[in-house]
Amino acid sequence: MYPAQFDYKRATSVEEALALLTEADDVKFIAGGHSLIPMMKLRLAQPEMVVDIARIDALRGITEEGDGVRIGALTTHAEIAASSVLHEHCGLIAEAAAEIGDTQVRNRGTIGGNIAHADPGSDLPAALIAAGATVHLQSASSTRTVAAADFFLDLLTTDLSHDELVVAVTIPSLGRSTGCAYLKFEHPASGYAVVGAAAWVKMENRQCSGAGLAINGVTATPFNGNEIAQSLVSTDASDDRIAAAVESVQPEDPMADVFASADYRAHLARVFAKRALVSARDRAV
Amino acid sequence: MSPVNSVLGSPIKRREDPALITGKGKYTDDLKVFGMLSAVMVRSPFAHARIKSIDTAAAQAMPGVIAVYTAADAEAAGMPGLVPVGWLLDTLKTPPHPMLASEKVNHVGDAVAVVVAEDRYVARDAADAVLVDYEPLSACTNPKDAISDGQAQIHDEAPSNIAFDWEIGDQAKTAAAFAAAAETVRCDLRNQRLIPHAIEPRAVLADWNEATGEMTIHLTTQNPHVHRLLMCLSSIGLPEHKVRVIAPEVGGGFGSKIHHYADETIIAMCSKLCGRPVKWAATRTETNQTDAHGRDHVTSAELALDQDGKILGLRVSTYANMGAYLSTFAPAVPTYLYGTLLSGQYDIPAIYGHVVGAFTNTSPVDAYRGAGRPEATFLVERLMHLAGEATGLGPVEIRKRNFLTPDQFPFETQVALTYDSGNYGPAMDRALEMLGYEQLLADQEQRRQSPNGKQIGIGFSAYIEACGLAPSAVVGSLGAQAGQWESAELRVHPTGSVTVYTGSSSTGQGHKTSFSQIVADRLQLDVSQVEVIQGDTDLVQFGMGSYGSRSGAVGGSAIARSTDKILDKAKLIAGHLLEAAPEDLDFKDGSFCVRGSADHSVAWGDVALQAYLAHNYPENLEPGLVASAFYDPENFTYPFGTHICVVEIDPETGTTELLRYVAVDDVGNVINPMIVDGQIHGGLAQGIGQALWEGAHYDEDGQLLTSSLLDYAVPKMHNLIDFELDRTVTPCPHNPLGVKGVGEAGAIASPPAVVNAVMDALAPWKIQHLDMPLTSEKVWAAVHSQ
Repeated sequence: MYPAQFDYKRATSVEEALALLTEADDVKFIAGGHSLIPMMKLRLAQPEMVVDIARIDALRGITEEGDGVRIGALTTHAEIAASSVLHEHCGLIAEAAAEIGDTQVRNRGTIGGNIAHADPGSDLPAALIAAGATVHLQSASSTRTVAAADFFLDLLTTDLSHDELVVAVTIPSLGRSTGCAYLKFEHPASGYAVVGAAAWVKMENRQCSGAGLAINGVTATPFNGNEIAQSLVSTDASDDRIAAAVESVQPEDPMADVFASADYRAHLARVFAKRALVSARDRAV
Repeated sequence: MSPVNSVLGSPIKRREDPALITGKGKYTDDLKVFGMLSAVMVRSPFAHARIKSIDTAAAQAMPGVIAVYTAADAEAAGMPGLVPVGWLLDTLKTPPHPMLASEKVNHVGDAVAVVVAEDRYVARDAADAVLVDYEPLSACTNPKDAISDGQAQIHDEAPSNIAFDWEIGDQAKTAAAFAAAAETVRCDLRNQRLIPHAIEPRAVLADWNEATGEMTIHLTTQNPHVHRLLMCLSSIGLPEHKVRVIAPEVGGGFGSKIHHYADETIIAMCSKLCGRPVKWAATRTETNQTDAHGRDHVTSAELALDQDGKILGLRVSTYANMGAYLSTFAPAVPTYLYGTLLSGQYDIPAIYGHVVGAFTNTSPVDAYRGAGRPEATFLVERLMHLAGEATGLGPVEIRKRNFLTPDQFPFETQVALTYDSGNYGPAMDRALEMLGYEQLLADQEQRRQSPNGKQIGIGFSAYIEACGLAPSAVVGSLGAQAGQWESAELRVHPTGSVTVYTGSSSTGQGHKTSFSQIVADRLQLDVSQVEVIQGDTDLVQFGMGSYGSRSGAVGGSAIARSTDKILDKAKLIAGHLLEAAPEDLDFKDGSFCVRGSADHSVAWGDVALQAYLAHNYPENLEPGLVASAFYDPENFTYPFGTHICVVEIDPETGTTELLRYVAVDDVGNVINPMIVDGQIHGGLAQGIGQALWEGAHYDEDGQLLTSSLLDYAVPKMHNLIDFELDRTVTPCPHNPLGVKGVGEAGAIASPPAVVNAVMDALAPWKIQHLDMPLTSEKVWAAVHSQ
């Protein structure tokens, strides 16, 4: 578990970090290090240079912004899980962050690193897609935004280009009368999600007025079930309706490993989608 | 400070913990020696391949690389380099196991070369630069398949990959029992392969002194003397008195650090050839690929019963996976540590066991917590569960009807053991009482009214095990190439405090605490007055080490014996000082006094001092107060108990949730109840881990798919529940402490308790058996195939 040789530089601003990208052919940003360092120790990643962005304070913190919440890329999972701002506007993100790894991992790991790494078993991506989050990217010459639903392209692959840095994620407020649930089927060895269903349901006058759903772990990128969840809108979102709706959770090309086959994962996706939606509905007040 | 007479049996805190939990413990990989180099092994990525060539030139040329060695260099170092087998069987084939492969590799992780460099980073880079040209061969991984035609042939010396063919019991008598049976039950099962996971990976620091010809080896070992003996007999090419093996703190072993691995001799060779100290520590992937694994049986077992549910006979056929080579005690595990336990707690009049050991292209398999006894207990208790169902007697009555009764002891089983003592009914009754069985049965019945809802299951395991492998003459007759006694030496200092030297070397169990309690109790001292030295072949006389739950029963008994010798001599000195006959003295409250006149006494400290002053001293008595004992037990010890597990199954996902776990164990007298409970807890965690999560997986090419902790599921704290423990106490009748051993009980008892509980929950689906681990998908698939 000894990484190959690499250069290390520390950046104190976003501009400096982006400028350092040009100093070597293969440069990786490091913040909490909980995705990159294991890859380097296994020599699956052998970057020429590692640029430490952990001390760029401008990238840290959770703030209310417009009708939503902005989460700086360096915000740790522990900070997200404990954020009262997030619990007020979109508890789903906080609930998913609380399921990541263990206390030590949550104290170091950051949301920017998490989504840039794009592990299919990670907990945050589905919550971000279900909540309709936006990813904010910056390069030396420009900034742009991508919907979380479009950010994850493949296994460990995102829309982030090699000259860009994730600077923030913004989440729209899900508003009052909304319940959230992130239900995870944990891999007994790794603790990653074999299946992780993120759902929210808004109930007004006993009628569903909004809903979201996405599922981690089943496919190379999160399964986007938002349309399926939205089919509950203008219904009573009863157990039966939810059970009928999740029959449409038919992930294409589910992953398989020693622990769980593709068929079983797909089955679990439906069961956990159903349970997460039911639980979210029950929590909606 | 008043001596604590009740120290034996007290839950005093572990004396070793302040250092260990504050990071002050020194493990092998913590050690730094001047001039030390680092080594990294070059290991085979193939399960089975011919080595066409090894090109080390590029690696050797890298800056910071000191040397790259292959098998050819072993000869130059004067090392035979053969990894030995320490247990022989009549039919056993013992193909050579070279420390570095030169012609053929036989499992993923087989070492072919070693890189020595200034630091680990350089060594790791250079290991990648060693070019080995392999010609891959077909591989086999399953022990039953391995012996059939058309399979890869691993060793020329072992045709059809058969390592041994062994039997126990009476085949004809057992066949007759089956012919007369009113009912038979059968279970075909795989006791899956497990990978031991000590927190501390194996590590070696070898330091050759060219001037004195001495080799000092710091090593992660459970038995430093045995390790040294095996090395000097077979691999290292140095005389025993010139080799010092030191086990510093050892962070867990569970059996995996008993064995002599190639690595320690390879690193010793590196030090000898480089003339500098060399250290190596396994990565977690190397741990998974090269530590000896456990279990891996393919078994068919049948039980014959009469019309009243009394057992008539038991028949077992097992294919045991030995892996690519025979590890140190591997041949004993699926034979004498397995077949001899097939009678369980029951009066079984006819037993026949047949075991074929097979070579496969997998990591060697050897003793792992329980070693043979969990495999035996699993099949016996699975059969009892099935027999309870088949006869309609249920899990409690079928067992009680067949328990040996207290008046039957000592009891000679049909499989070569003599159980010295036992009282099985009370342990089961206590467990049932703790459980509230009737209420649970009612809950279960109610759940079954809603077949799609969560179901509960209750599983039993009434186990017996044999600890403290012994006596030496018996194990020798069965094939052991070592004795199975233990040694201890006590040195009383002139001020009365004591240092104990024990051959039973700790890997974290708390020996320092328990052994101090034994001595403090007998000498009526505070435990702080006792120090325990272990794990160094230069400091401690030959000893056998820690494994097979033997440290208390055998190591502790040796300490008790040597303490008693000290007391005998102290009485001679005290008698002289008190002008009384030694037999007229009592030892009370830390003083020797003349019986009947309590004020006529001499304190322990004064006696100890006089032993070294020898001013006012008995004639013809040597000065000093030192005694040693080599304790060779008369028999094994036989802990037993009843464990009951309650689970909840979710048929929609197949997940199993533990609801309750009740364990009533009888480990004889207890030295430290907190340590005993801790051992039960740890054993339960590993046994429950086997039942529900753990398992090594090889693909058909012999690639290990579970080579890291991302894939191999060791149980974690949040997977487990609060265990409900109690004890009955049936002291061992033949050792001075009445203790039996506890290190493996939890791992032996729990797999069948959990599996029986899951199968009980699945009873409405009429599923007879599922193999461990009972992953959620396996349970789900079984439910949904109905």
